[in-house]
Amino acid sequence: MVKRGISAIKIYLIKKLLLFIPILSGVTLMTFTLVKALPGDPVLSMVGERAQPEIIQKFRKEIGTDKNTLSQYFGYIKLLIKGEFGRSYYTNRKVFDDLLLKFPNTLKLALMAMIIATPIGLLLGFISAYKKDTFIDRFISAGAVTGLSMPVFWSGLLIMLFFSLKLKMFPPSGSGSIRFLILPAVTLSLPAIATLARITRTIIIEIFDMPFITAVRVKGIAEHRINFIHVFKNALIPIVTVIGLDFGSYLNGAVLTETIFGWDGIGRFMMEGIIKRDYPVIMGCVITGTVVFVFINLLVDIIYHYLDPRVRLK
Amino acid sequence: MNKSGKISAAILILISLFSIFAPFISPYNPEMIDLDNLKKPPDADHLLGTDNKGRDILSRILYGGRISISVAVASALLSIGIGLIIGICSGYFGGRIDTAIMAFVDLILSFPALLLAIGISVILPPGIYTVMIAIAAVGWASFARVIRGYILTIKEALFIDAAKAIGCNEIRILFRYLMPQCIPLILVMTGMKLGGYILTEASLSFLGLGAQPPTATWGSMISANRTYFSSAPWMVIFPGLMITITALCVNILGDSLRDKYGLKIKR
Repeated sequence: MVKRGISAIKIYLIKKLLLFIPILSGVTLMTFTLVKALPGDPVLSMVGERAQPEIIQKFRKEIGTDKNTLSQYFGYIKLLIKGEFGRSYYTNRKVFDDLLLKFPNTLKLALMAMIIATPIGLLLGFISAYKKDTFIDRFISAGAVTGLSMPVFWSGLLIMLFFSLKLKMFPPSGSGSIRFLILPAVTLSLPAIATLARITRTIIIEIFDMPFITAVRVKGIAEHRINFIHVFKNALIPIVTVIGLDFGSYLNGAVLTETIFGWDGIGRFMMEGIIKRDYPVIMGCVITGTVVFVFINLLVDIIYHYLDPRVRLK
Repeated sequence: MNKSGKISAAILILISLFSIFAPFISPYNPEMIDLDNLKKPPDADHLLGTDNKGRDILSRILYGGRISISVAVASALLSIGIGLIIGICSGYFGGRIDTAIMAFVDLILSFPALLLAIGISVILPPGIYTVMIAIAAVGWASFARVIRGYILTIKEALFIDAAKAIGCNEIRILFRYLMPQCIPLILVMTGMKLGGYILTEASLSFLGLGAQPPTATWGSMISANRTYFSSAPWMVIFPGLMITITALCVNILGDSLRDKYGLKIKR
């Protein structure tokens, strides 16, 4: 039995890892199309007009501009695997080096937002479910829908206006110490709190209606015990999944939030790239973002399995 | 439909009417530069103030709404159209086509949506059509998946057997019998998704990948004006408020439609 379980996970893992191939091909094909679609020499547009001649020669040889499009694409992939994302048109720095430098900042921001969002979102969702159809529930639900409907780049500006320009509690923008981190993290956590509160509410209400809750109630178990042990335990697994899967969307939202607050992460890097049409930078960010997103989703899937052995991986 | 759903629908109709009739009701030309009235706070002449070029914010919001709303709606229609056809065919024919299509749908849904949209918008020249394509390129997949699931549950129904028995061909069964059954589902799905499309459109415009200046959209107004945010906050607050109100009404309407039809769809 045990052995079969392990191999099932392995098969699942392999299947999921195989999914990486089409996803990465899709993204790289997109960025490759971009390289090809740019006017002028594709190699020049990848490494930048200001690159040294030997680098241009090296890229030209690797990509194989003289060969057909397909082998050019494979050459491009080979370069990417080596971490050759090209150089920024403006700073002439290697995009890959900058990505490595900025990624920890984005991760910090996303983690901080998650730390803020998780307890608040859970608590609001629980309260909402226990007080179903009362004023409190309606108030929280209305707040949650509003949180989902606000663009983060706008709510971020409002938060900045209030907390740093009016109250002068936090610096408006920049990166570095934790003081700079709070406001962007709060902004990023707003839609996450809203999502989490809504989903927690739905899950808890569904569990309330399940027969086993009626069964424990019939057994005469105290109401607080039912709430904390039976409901909470069963709600936890789907909720953990939601939190994990949402982590990817934090990375998504980081593009906008970092731009507003000048937090020096991948999101702002990308935004600057878009404004300046710095294509190597944009491509590097899109590829990195996608890889991280897919990887995190895979990780959550696996954790989900370990938390709840009932889940059949397919 | 519950009360909040009805109120949201009314507000949405109002916003749409304001946008449609923007040329008749807007007090100023949205692109008219007025150097005597730079960064004026809201007053009787300019109800929502003016921006750094003296352009009337209210007029720009009214005109911007035309683009923001129509791009979101067009993206939704495009997503529905593609998702409906693919979903119905996938669900009805089943077999290998179904497996392949659903694998592709899973693939699309495992991309980070905003990043994919940004990637597409960068390849194509910036503008409203690019935004529509970028949103629909991701959006159709969730429609296709839900519709396919629904078709699986109804394709064994008696009325389909009856249609086959009287000799209807497959095209007729697909479009005359199965498609109308999907209408409530599509309605609910659209209600759940449209709010997100409005936000994505705003985000792409904010990033400068949507309609190009001097054309106003709600998202691009925020992005262009945020430099003056501390001295002239009205330039940013009102366009953002419009995005929020519109997305909020769509989301509330979506929730109440879902409750009305008793369909369980995750957002």
